[in-house]
Amino acid sequence: MDTETIICLENISVCYDVPNEPIASFKEYAIRYLQGKVSSRKFLALSEINLEIHRGEALGIIGRNGAGKSTLLKVISRIILVNAGRLYVRGDVSPLMEVGAGFHPELTGKENIFLNGTLLGRTRREIQKKMDDILDFAEIADFINAPIRTYSSGMIARLGFAIATAWQPEILILDEVFAVGDIFFKRKCLLKMEAFHANGSTIIIVSHDGNLLSSICSKIAWLDQGKIQASGDAQEVLLNYEKSKQKQFS
Amino acid sequence: MEKTASNVNIYDSAKQNNPAIEELKGIIKYRDLVFQLIRRDIVARYKRSVLGIAWTMLNPLGTMIIITIVFSQIFDSVEKYPVYVLSGLIAWNFFAQTTTAAMQQTVWGASLYHRIYLPRTIFTVSAIGTGLVNFLLAMLPLSVIMAFIGVPFTKALLVLPLSVLLITLFALGIGLLFSSMVIFFPDVAEMYHIAITGWMYLTPIFYPANILPDTSRAFILGLNPMYYLMQLYRLPIYEGRLPDPTTLLTSAAIAVITLLAGWGVFSKKARAIAYM
Repeated sequence: MDTETIICLENISVCYDVPNEPIASFKEYAIRYLQGKVSSRKFLALSEINLEIHRGEALGIIGRNGAGKSTLLKVISRIILVNAGRLYVRGDVSPLMEVGAGFHPELTGKENIFLNGTLLGRTRREIQKKMDDILDFAEIADFINAPIRTYSSGMIARLGFAIATAWQPEILILDEVFAVGDIFFKRKCLLKMEAFHANGSTIIIVSHDGNLLSSICSKIAWLDQGKIQASGDAQEVLLNYEKSKQKQFS
Repeated sequence: MEKTASNVNIYDSAKQNNPAIEELKGIIKYRDLVFQLIRRDIVARYKRSVLGIAWTMLNPLGTMIIITIVFSQIFDSVEKYPVYVLSGLIAWNFFAQTTTAAMQQTVWGASLYHRIYLPRTIFTVSAIGTGLVNFLLAMLPLSVIMAFIGVPFTKALLVLPLSVLLITLFALGIGLLFSSMVIFFPDVAEMYHIAITGWMYLTPIFYPANILPDTSRAFILGLNPMYYLMQLYRLPIYEGRLPDPTTLLTSAAIAVITLLAGWGVFSKKARAIAYM
């Protein structure tokens, strides 16, 4: 692991219990427990993943649904803790996505900027410094003191995006699953991401879209059933991935 | 990038402490978020109400007046009954409301846990923080009532910050314990609501402790942690005297043990949130 290694995964495995029958309430759980009917099986979401990402690299992750792509992103963002192996991350991980989830309708635009910014791990001081940039970018300067429930959905989306992209991230993470919905929003995300990349951010992006990945990433990791099937040069991995897909359909 | 090499946050899973300690470090790092969440809860609650922040003060006052009208005849042995009721009510409301809010906030926050890294205890901590602000605000009308009825302000009141701190720690511990269950089973919130209503009637808030039957009094009060904590708060206000060392030490022990248990269990359980 050299000094430019910014993320390193060594033999990472993620395994969790999936109940055989979903239990929705404590009452149900207690009854089933007394009957001895609580059972679960182990699900291995990621298995012995080894990856190394260097500063300034753009890594693409490709694979079918359920291959463990999003789980891998969650491991790197520390949303999921690993059961085995070692994760080393140098720098802050910022996910780029629609983060309007943390907005409160009764608070003003400005109050929501502070709330949302601190949810993303920023301090009040950092937010204060970027306030003007965020307001400019979101184009809501006139409504800054109005409660956000009076905003149009477009304004809310712009504001969320402006906050999420106000700081040049050290490590940027983009899960395409979150970016779908609005084609303009998706485009905007990609443009911003390219700008960050050009300025030195390390980027990890999950997608089904091989063309999209090859346009941004120099390296691609192909995940299948929780394992790395191949990783390395983007073109080469993509070629093999496409071949295997065709094989399956023919 | 502005950060120098020594300033970069490095995460290494091989060098992680116990989850409870990592959680505490997380809260310290995200302290600005705690502040923002408290602010959100307080501002959002009062924004569309005419009475605004005064509501926090009028609410226990109204309850106290009703209870006084209904029960003062029955409990005429209790001198200065309104102060007795109000001091107990404020302490109890703080405990009951914050633990309930802690669960609601944690359920609300669970959707964010899937998307971004946050210290898991953050919503419980901020819910207790919001309650604490309301608790302190409610003490204003209490002091007005004390002055009005003629309950003397004594030096014993100086112990109140300690009483408030211990009730806060206890509420945080209970809030965390139940939040760690409500993440997995939403119906725990309803059960807690039923339990806390029963608990309220078993705690001498609007009746004097000596009306409990002799046979069961020691049992009911001895096993009720809120009784000790409430005494710690009520005695300096209502009787103008310091709680005896036994009450003080028992309350401190209960508060600290509950907090450690809640913090430990929650930190451990919360690791599974993102899997669901």
